[in-house]
Amino acid sequence: MTADASRGAEAPPELIQLLTPEGERVEHPDYDIDLTPEEVRGLYRDLTLVRRVDLEAVALQRQGELGLWASLLGQEAAQIGSGRALTEADMAFPTYREHGVAWCRGVDPINLLGLFRGVNHGGWDPAEHNFHLYTIVIGSQTLHAVGYAMGIQRDGAEAASIVYFGDGATSQGDVNEAFIWASVFNAPVVFFCQNNQWAISEPLEKQTRIPLYRRASGFGFPGVRVDGNDVFACLAVTRKALAEARSGQGPMLIEAFTYRMGAHTTSDDPTRYRVAAELEAWKLKDPIERVRAYMFKNQIADQEFFDAIDAEADELGRDVRKRCLELPDPEPLAIFDHVYAEQHSLMDAERAEFATYLEGFEA
Amino acid sequence: MTILTLAKALNEGMRKAMEDDSKVLVMGEDVGKLGGVFRVTDGLQKDFGEQRVIDTPLAESGIIGTAIGLALRGYRPVCEIQFDGFVFPAADQIITQLAKMPLRSLGKLRLPVVVRIPCGGGIGAVEHHSESPEAYFTHTAGLRVVACSNPADAYTMIQQAIRCEDPVIFFEPKRRYWEKAEVDVDSSGWIPFDEAKVVRQGTDVTLLAYGPMVKTCLEAAKAAEDDGRSLEVVDLRSLNPLDVSKITESVRRTGRCIVVHEAPVYNGFGAEIAARVTEECFYNLQSPVLRVGGPSTPYPPSRLEDHYLPDLDRVLHAVDRAFAF
Repeated sequence: MTADASRGAEAPPELIQLLTPEGERVEHPDYDIDLTPEEVRGLYRDLTLVRRVDLEAVALQRQGELGLWASLLGQEAAQIGSGRALTEADMAFPTYREHGVAWCRGVDPINLLGLFRGVNHGGWDPAEHNFHLYTIVIGSQTLHAVGYAMGIQRDGAEAASIVYFGDGATSQGDVNEAFIWASVFNAPVVFFCQNNQWAISEPLEKQTRIPLYRRASGFGFPGVRVDGNDVFACLAVTRKALAEARSGQGPMLIEAFTYRMGAHTTSDDPTRYRVAAELEAWKLKDPIERVRAYMFKNQIADQEFFDAIDAEADELGRDVRKRCLELPDPEPLAIFDHVYAEQHSLMDAERAEFATYLEGFEA
Repeated sequence: MTILTLAKALNEGMRKAMEDDSKVLVMGEDVGKLGGVFRVTDGLQKDFGEQRVIDTPLAESGIIGTAIGLALRGYRPVCEIQFDGFVFPAADQIITQLAKMPLRSLGKLRLPVVVRIPCGGGIGAVEHHSESPEAYFTHTAGLRVVACSNPADAYTMIQQAIRCEDPVIFFEPKRRYWEKAEVDVDSSGWIPFDEAKVVRQGTDVTLLAYGPMVKTCLEAAKAAEDDGRSLEVVDLRSLNPLDVSKITESVRRTGRCIVVHEAPVYNGFGAEIAARVTEECFYNLQSPVLRVGGPSTPYPPSRLEDHYLPDLDRVLHAVDRAFAF
């Protein structure tokens, strides 16, 4: 037995890929996709804008405006590819790094920043966007996604749920329980594992002795490994998995083989546990550069288009920054709001007591 | 009026809730054909089908985690945890997710999930089958915690728990499952979900209890009559929120207060009550608030449980101590 430690530039043979790092289009017998030039331009725009939001957020954290930020740098293709595969009726369950999926679901990025600034625990309406709240406890949301999918089954609805988690999460009991539930109930759920090779400082070898996508077979459903830096492949594979789930063929595990280019969060220091050569190898597989190369080669866009997207990204960055700085602190008594849905005497009493205490300062 | 055991009253209550609302689901290990190890869900799968009475794989975190997902989709799951000591594998989902998700969503999400837990000892069971984990859950903001003590309350309270928009931890005293009483199954007599009840009036001491200890306290109160002492017994029913006004009203009248529960006294739920009563009734108290409960040990082997569990004599001993001040 050898551990699957292939974190370098060499792509394992089972990797589903439709666009090479050099921007060459390749075919795959099971997962081909036909994208219009307009769609390709749209994906490029998504990739570029979410990277810009992410960079701005990192900068804001460094300037003390956010308490923390979990960067998606390097994982844009996995998130935009899978996110754009969703239909409106599908429901997404993210971790705390799915800024790209949030973008695809129409969640205003300022809501993501608000969470990391400490204004609230998530300011968007999950039902409005069919994008659940960020979940911090590792792997918990996989069970929520399966339960939601069981609800879809009972409703007889044409929909599926998709749940995002990382390589580290696959070690959690909840993720394994989610696999079991999904399998035995044939739930319409897609498990989307972004294997970014590192769970904070712990490498993949500390989580598994086999490639993660192969775990699925032990639970009784298919698993595939897709090039997580290839937005076309992520879109094609996720689209197919969701379609199969919606049509009653049960769950699927997608392992998006990718790399977290930045730190786990802004509190982390990856130079303590990984070598620079690894980072350099993955830079050559950048998810945005390869789409850009493909578009140039195939004359899908000209310099004017790229300049316009860059300008839009800069404007978005400025806008996010401005609105982040304007986010007001909540009122102190907001602590007591929404803890319970129905009237609760303990909350009422504590709120009143706290209000009286605060009023004492004003007198 | 119908004579029902507590287990059957819960069963009838769930049945009524399922008839009234097609979104109500029952889920857990062995809840289907077997009807649960205590038969509380007996016959429900036969009548409502496998889509609404779900036999789950054997994993408690999975039960609560998928129930949360079902609730997010608009269902109202009623989860059965087979035994109190098995709730801990699900504690993460209950504490970090179920309790906090409504707050995290600024009230946009609601999780009407009921977690039924057969609790307490007294049935001669093995390890992890006789615990009283209420303090873990009363300490967790976002949860409602209730405990029924008799068939009539059980029938009503389970329906109220299912209707409640908040997550509810629902404790069932397993050694009282087989005790019978009259239940008005036609009654629409809703009680406020967080209201305590004076189940016996008295003038000298207030005994505060919930779940299995209510009956023990009633027996103690009856025995105390022989000594000429009049004990009032209050069934708390709701532990979070606590009906503080009903408690303090009683203590102000009697001047003495004893809390009785099976869980260890140290850092137990009785400590919260003792602190509140002391704060609110300081000048009315003839003696300090006393607590009767288990020692701060793991639940013992069943041959020792009669020593561990508070009984009539332990309660009366505490009454003597209260009068000795």
